[in-house]
Formats: sequence, structure tokens, C-alpha cells
Amino acid sequence: MRTKNFLLFVMIVVTALIVAGCGRRSSKAGNSIQVKGSNTMLQLGQAWAEAYNAISSTKVSVSGEGSGVGISALINGTTDIAEASREMEPAEIKDAKAKGIDPIRTTVAWDGLAIIVNPSNPVRKLTIEQLRSIFLGEVKNWREVGGPNEEIVVTTRDTSSGTHQYFKEKVLRRGNSKGKEEFPRSALTITSSQTAVQTVEQDKGAIAYVGLGYVTPKVADVAIAKSNERPYIKPTIETVMNRSYPISRALYFYTNGQPTGKVKAFVDFVLSDKGQQIVEKIDFVPIRKVEAR
Amino acid sequence: MRSCGPAKSGISGFTCRFMSLLSRLRERPKETLIELLISVCGGASVLFVILILVFLLRDSLPLFRTTSITGFLNGRDWYPTAEPPQFGVVPLLVGSLLVTGGAIVLAVPIGLAAAVYIAEIAPTRVREWLKVTVELIAAIPSVVIGFIGLMIVSPWIKTIFNLPTGLTALTGAVMLAWMSMPTIVSIADDAIRSVPRDYREGSLALGTTHLQTVVSVILPAARSGIVAAVMLGIGRAIGETMTVLMVTGNAAQTTFSLLQPVRTMTATIAAEMGETPQGSEHYFALFAVGALLFLISFVINLIADISLRRGVRA
Repeated sequence: MRTKNFLLFVMIVVTALIVAGCGRRSSKAGNSIQVKGSNTMLQLGQAWAEAYNAISSTKVSVSGEGSGVGISALINGTTDIAEASREMEPAEIKDAKAKGIDPIRTTVAWDGLAIIVNPSNPVRKLTIEQLRSIFLGEVKNWREVGGPNEEIVVTTRDTSSGTHQYFKEKVLRRGNSKGKEEFPRSALTITSSQTAVQTVEQDKGAIAYVGLGYVTPKVADVAIAKSNERPYIKPTIETVMNRSYPISRALYFYTNGQPTGKVKAFVDFVLSDKGQQIVEKIDFVPIRKVEAR
Repeated sequence: MRSCGPAKSGISGFTCRFMSLLSRLRERPKETLIELLISVCGGASVLFVILILVFLLRDSLPLFRTTSITGFLNGRDWYPTAEPPQFGVVPLLVGSLLVTGGAIVLAVPIGLAAAVYIAEIAPTRVREWLKVTVELIAAIPSVVIGFIGLMIVSPWIKTIFNLPTGLTALTGAVMLAWMSMPTIVSIADDAIRSVPRDYREGSLALGTTHLQTVVSVILPAARSGIVAAVMLGIGRAIGETMTVLMVTGNAAQTTFSLLQPVRTMTATIAAEMGETPQGSEHYFALFAVGALLFLISFVINLIADISLRRGVRA
């Protein structure tokens, strides 16, 4: 009797596991576009896909495992578009050519991070090196960078945010993606850009990095200089677009050859006014000025 | 007809009873069918707990292919996106314990005092009102409590203790104390009220005052229920996610100061699970944190359960 009971129980569990396993999809429809790549661009890509799926019969599916993953998928021919928040490396281009892939780059948006402080804090300009020391936890008091005697409250975003990754690589690791530098353990981890702005509004000593679109009149943005001798540049859409603002970068689509057919239609949509309005809505910087809706 | 007997419990007892129900299906179909349905529902809840455990383990064990168990349980660094990634759970565990411990220290005395007042002292009308109000606190969504913590309580704490930021373990503890209060008050209230009348009357007949009766007769008699109330309160606090995510500052540092920002296990899972690639090391690590949390809640509930049973037997 005992074995029979046990068998029944095993059957129940196995059935449940099978039912749970069936949830996975493994379809590859004909009329669809695969977009793969940058984690930073995931939200943007999804917003484009959602808007495009509403007006077109082509289904766009987007995933964001990282720029490198997207580029290698393009090289292996498993994606139509690779989203990348960096340019392809020479080695990757060589790999692509060897496989008969001709990667063509299209700039689809810009990304710029503003550094914000509480308005009562008189510090309005910092060099990249000072910023780095602050966000590494080496400089702990505003006095050391020309401010009042006030403890610096360093804030950072959670690790799943592309903003976190970009800021870490660009500022803490001085652009070296293989660097080891990390935010200090004592840094407040904030789960959204809005909350980061709120924290800076409330805490006199706080400093945060957020996408340009999040800056409100209740916080002050800081002008950044590449070094002591270089000019301090305020973060604006103009300074991001002419690349004079140091913490900014271009966001790309890579395609195999000039886009054609359904891929071209999607890329054209992304570059259209409607696509660029979405860029602005997701708080990136559009590639040209677009009228707000 | 085979008999299952009351001695048989657990899975084999359940399936035995289930089989005997199946064999009765032809004799009294309607009644048996309903009984069968209820049995399936009862059995399903057990099955779900087992399945949760199975899936938690399935997705957390692969972590230990790359990270040692001691590296996980004893590591001081939680840097999931570093190269190589570091998954030390100590700061998160300490954060959870600090916030939960703080909440319990605040909530237990206040909650017990409230329960004693509601059960023993308050006139009937006041008691009815208080009970309803306390239970209403349990209905406030945690994100609302988090918002109150963020906008009102954290600036207070910042000013009172003259801190650089108000997002601290203490802020989390205060909010969680508030949230676990209804659990503690209503279970402790039930425990106090279920103390037999004879005890109270016997004590009063000996000439004690009301206060003496409460402190030296009723509370000791209701002890097991009160322990259960506290344990369930802890369970409520340690599993809470949204509120702590909003108010504790989420700094993954190992600190034993209530006035420092900390990060809890629940907040880490909530903040990082969203965009972690499925099947990555980070993904497994978050599941391992979840499994640890499950284990802690399980032990706490077990203690509560054992102490409740002991109370019934006494």
C-alpha cells in the first residue's frame, strides 16, 4: 500500500512539473524582428516595439542581455538588430567580416547623465576626477571639493539599471570596462531615478546621477569638466548632442548591411518624429529636436 | 473497506484517505465528490509549499558550482555585477535581522500593552472600536506605509538624530513595528481572552488587585499564545519587502548601528530580480537569498506553531 501511495504522490508532482514546464515558449514566427543587445536600451527598445506593434503587423521582440551579447548574436545571424551602447570593437568587426556579416551602425538616441545635488549645496562644478573620488567613497566631506562642512551622502542605482553600469564604467573605471572599481558599500541604493531625485531634494549632503530628463527645479545640476584645465559643461540636450558634456554617449542599432524590408521599416519608425518622441519620454536624448506632443 | 486509522498522518495518511474516498464514489456520489474536492484543495496547499521549496532549491543550488557555500554565507561583499561577482550574504542578513529586531523591540511592548488594554481594561464599546482600528492597520498596503516612511518619518529621524540621511535601519524598524502591530495585538488579545475564567476569578478571590492578576496570572497563562503572536509578528516583519526597499537606504554594508542605512534580503531580491538574465549566476544567487529567507521564516513559524500547540495541551 505504501508504495502505491508514494507512486500516486510522485505522479501528482510530475504532472505539476510538466504543466509548469509547458509555459516556456519556443516559437519562431516568420513575420517578426528580433532585437537584442544593450541592457541600457532595453526599456527604450521595448517602448519602440510596443508602439510599433500597435501600428504594424510585424512583431518586434526585444531582449537586453547586454551590448556584447547583441553584437555576437548579430555576428551569428540570430538577431536582426543589435542594440549597443558602445561602438563595435575591431575584433568584433573582424569576426563579423569573417562570417560574411557587414555591420552597419545607425545612431538612434543619445544618453546623458546629470549629476545632481541639493540646491542648498553651493557646489556647482566638479571635475571627473573629483566625481570619481566622491563616488568611490574616498572624498567623504563636501569641504574637500569646495563645499560646506557636510558629510557626502553617495547614492547609486540598483545593479539592474543600465545607468548604474554606464556611470560605473565611465566615471569610476575611467572608461575601462574591465576595471575593478565599485561603489562604496555605504552608498544608498535607490531603485528608480525619481526616488534618487527625491532623496537629493530631502538630504542636504546627497549626490546622485540620473538621466537628463529627470532633473527638476528642486535639485541643482553640476557642471562637469574632463580635467582641471578644461571648461565646466552643464548637462543639456545641446551639450550632449555636440558631445561636449563628458558623461554622455551615443546609442546604436547595428544591422547586417543597410537595413532593408521589414527591418528598414522599423528603423525608419525609430528615427521618425514619433520614435524620437518615445526617446524623450523614456528620458534619453533624441538625435534631433522633436516637438513634444 | 480498508481503514486508514487516525495514527496515519502526513502524505501517506492523506493519500490513503483519498483512495478510500475514490472507492466510495459510486455509493454516495454527491457527498463523496464534494468531500473529494475539499481534500484536493487541502492537499494542494501542502503540495504548493513543497513545490515552492523544490523550485527555490532548483534555482539556487547552481550558485554553488561557482561560489562556495562559505563564500555565500560568510562573505561581506555583495557586488553581483563585479568581475568576478561577489555574493556575500552577510550584509543582507545582518540588515534583515537589524531591521526586524528593531521592529520587534519597538512593537512587542506596545503591542502587548495594547492587547492587555483591549482584552482586560477597555470598556466593551472602546474595545470594539480599538479592535476594528487595529485590524484596519493590517489593511494598509505596504507601499503606502513605505511612502509615509519616506516622506514623513525619515525626515524626522534625520532631524532628531542629526544624521546626513534619514534612510536608516531605524526608519525601517519603526515602519515595520507599525506593520507587525496588528498581528501581535490581535493574536495576543485572543490568547489573553482564552485564559479560563476560573484562573481570573480564583486570583481575584485571593484578594489580588486587577493589575496583579493580569501580570502574575493571566499573562503567564497566556504565555504560549503571546510567544506565537511575537513569532508571527517577526515573520511578518522579516518578509516585508516594499516598505524596507523604500525607507532603509539599501546600502549593502555590514553594520550593527540602527542609524546607518542597511539593505535587507527581501529588498535585494526585489531590486535586482527585475532585469537579471535568467540562468545567470546573479539569478541563482538571488534565489539562494530567497531560499535562506524561506528557511528563516520556516523556523520562525515552526517555533510559533510549537508554542501554540504546547499552550493547547497545557
